[in-house]
Amino acid sequence: MTFRKYLVLVGVAVFAVTGDSLVSRGMKHLGGVSLHHLAGIILMVFRPEIALGVLFLLAFFACYMAALSWADLTYVLPTTSISFILLTLVAKFALHENVSLTRWLGVVMISIGIGFVTQGPALTPQPRRRDSHERLAAPVSARTEL
Amino acid sequence: MKQLYAWSAVACIVLTSTAGDVLLSRAMKQVGDVAELRRRSGMAHMLGSILRNPNFVIAILAMATAFYAMLFGLSWADVSLVVPASTSLTFVSNAAAAKIFLHERVDHRRWLAAVLVAGGVILLAL
Repeated sequence: MTFRKYLVLVGVAVFAVTGDSLVSRGMKHLGGVSLHHLAGIILMVFRPEIALGVLFLLAFFACYMAALSWADLTYVLPTTSISFILLTLVAKFALHENVSLTRWLGVVMISIGIGFVTQGPALTPQPRRRDSHERLAAPVSARTEL
Repeated sequence: MKQLYAWSAVACIVLTSTAGDVLLSRAMKQVGDVAELRRRSGMAHMLGSILRNPNFVIAILAMATAFYAMLFGLSWADVSLVVPASTSLTFVSNAAAAKIFLHERVDHRRWLAAVLVAGGVILLAL
């Protein structure tokens, strides 16, 4: 793992948190959504907060795609859950919110989970396909039949 | 009734985002390391390789469905229910789907990580 790759993983976490928060705020201002107003459902992405949230989510998506091009899905997902820890730390130390003991326990659990994953390799070797293995192992006469 | 709507939205988010993640992961593995591909063949070729991949196109459709399901869910229930419930369930479903469909080696360490992160997300929402 290079420094650039760690930066990409941090980008996934930070952009996802910012995007989700902005979309959530925009939706709360919008109120209830009804299936009877389909045009409104599509047009709501043009509200400023939701639009900005979507831009951040696009940045998240670019980083996420880059990470998936060189790491397993089961490595990328737990590793980028560092966003939940960042959000709790921002809530406590920047916004001076009261963070309960249960939430700190959640942060500890996520940290241990991330620790478990990052100890292993980012990309595990793919198991060899059974059919190609059998083809290679088959005798010459059998191979010509294939 | 709104509770039923909210949990239906959560189920839809989990299913579609898992499908989207798995298909996107498959597409990006087929494309290869994007930084290296860009250095070797240029940005246009890299973007073309990604956009022409059928798995990528279906992944985007699945993720767009998940996004709209989340918007519906957020309008029917609190963010403190919809986001943690869907996120934590998606961590576990993704680990299973990655093992089944992507043939990733999900060892006990990765299973434990998925479960710990999912549990942690639920605790953060309490």
